[in-house]
Amino acid sequence: MGVLQELERLASNFGNLTWQMVVMWVIGGVLIYLAIGKKMEPSLLLPMGFGAILVNLPFSGAVTQGEIVGPITALFEAGMSNELFPLLLFIGIGAMIDFGPLLEKPWLMFFGAAAQFGIFFTFFLAGFFFELPDAASIAVIGAADGPTAIFVANVLHSRYLGPIMVVAYSYMALVPIVQPPVIRLMTTRKERRIRMAYRKGSVSRVERILFPIAVTIIAGLVAPASVALVGFLMFGNLLRECGVLKSLSETAQNVLANLITLLLGLTVAGQMTADRFITPQTLLILGLGLVAFVFDTAGGVLFAKLINLFLPADKKLNPMIGAAGISAFPMSGRVVNQMGLAEDNQNFLLMYSVSVNVSGQIASVIAGGLLLTLMGV
Amino acid sequence: MQFVLYADSWRKTLPAMGTGMLGIFAVIGAIVCVVYLLARLTRKK
Repeated sequence: MGVLQELERLASNFGNLTWQMVVMWVIGGVLIYLAIGKKMEPSLLLPMGFGAILVNLPFSGAVTQGEIVGPITALFEAGMSNELFPLLLFIGIGAMIDFGPLLEKPWLMFFGAAAQFGIFFTFFLAGFFFELPDAASIAVIGAADGPTAIFVANVLHSRYLGPIMVVAYSYMALVPIVQPPVIRLMTTRKERRIRMAYRKGSVSRVERILFPIAVTIIAGLVAPASVALVGFLMFGNLLRECGVLKSLSETAQNVLANLITLLLGLTVAGQMTADRFITPQTLLILGLGLVAFVFDTAGGVLFAKLINLFLPADKKLNPMIGAAGISAFPMSGRVVNQMGLAEDNQNFLLMYSVSVNVSGQIASVIAGGLLLTLMGV
Repeated sequence: MQFVLYADSWRKTLPAMGTGMLGIFAVIGAIVCVVYLLARLTRKK
């Protein structure tokens, strides 16, 4: 009798299982499959997928239950509620980026600005369905940049952090599927075949060193709320460019970035509890995320077409490069190059598209900061 | 959670959309100017 009662006690937690939790296990399983089977952002999706299962067990000890603090909740308090994890990750990302090609042709940065249109358009659209802080957080999915999305959603205390993260990283991984139809719709075959000759310029070491400092000062003066984001990104880049901290730069690019991504994945999974995730709002966020990516792409392409109106026939730009202005680096730059080659196997757009793509990284961070400023942060 | 329609949100979000796009072009424009200036000042003769 005692054994039976003990077994019954052990099995009692099964009764607390809900179908929503099981759905979250499936979502966690899909994330793990995408990470392992499809190699999509594995360092992030694997911990996120596993974490989604971990926190969706009835009375999971991984998250705080009553008085007992769970480790994932503790991680959230230590690194997310104060935005530390996304900022530290930005040091690693900054150390990975070579701004050299962009510094050779600074005018390409304007395409990065134009391709942030999706963020602001989605803010307008999401405002009809969500309170403004949540609408702004959802809009930043269009930054195509995970840390920026986390940072903004956290600062604005959005209750949709989990869905926003999942949607942002999903669309970033789906850039090769989302962007080409939009680009084709916005351009003619003749435009897609425009060749752009590339002449390599030179960039001095002093310029490479001063660039991250100058960007931090300018962005900080205009959008002080973004200065932490821009500053950490640019600090990472300064580590890379200074030339005297090679091993530190490599550590930031590899060890730091990987470690923080792992902790970030687990911590975000803490926000993916069934009660927060299985809601109609999540589906709406999924739709709005797609709108953000589509309008980012369209904004960049239309801006290039606008510039072309004022250029002589032999100097026309291939409008596809505008689409690379979304931040998803380097996928977007590669997609544009591949589309150029698909139309004409001698049409190499890579140097332009990657430069625009890098500028999108800066512009998306600034757009996130501007949005925070507009929200009165 | 129920859906609520914030029908008059456009009064705030539409101007914010314009200000945001203007702001991003202004900041990027300033950065582009500084980069050209840096290039000019640090160019090897």
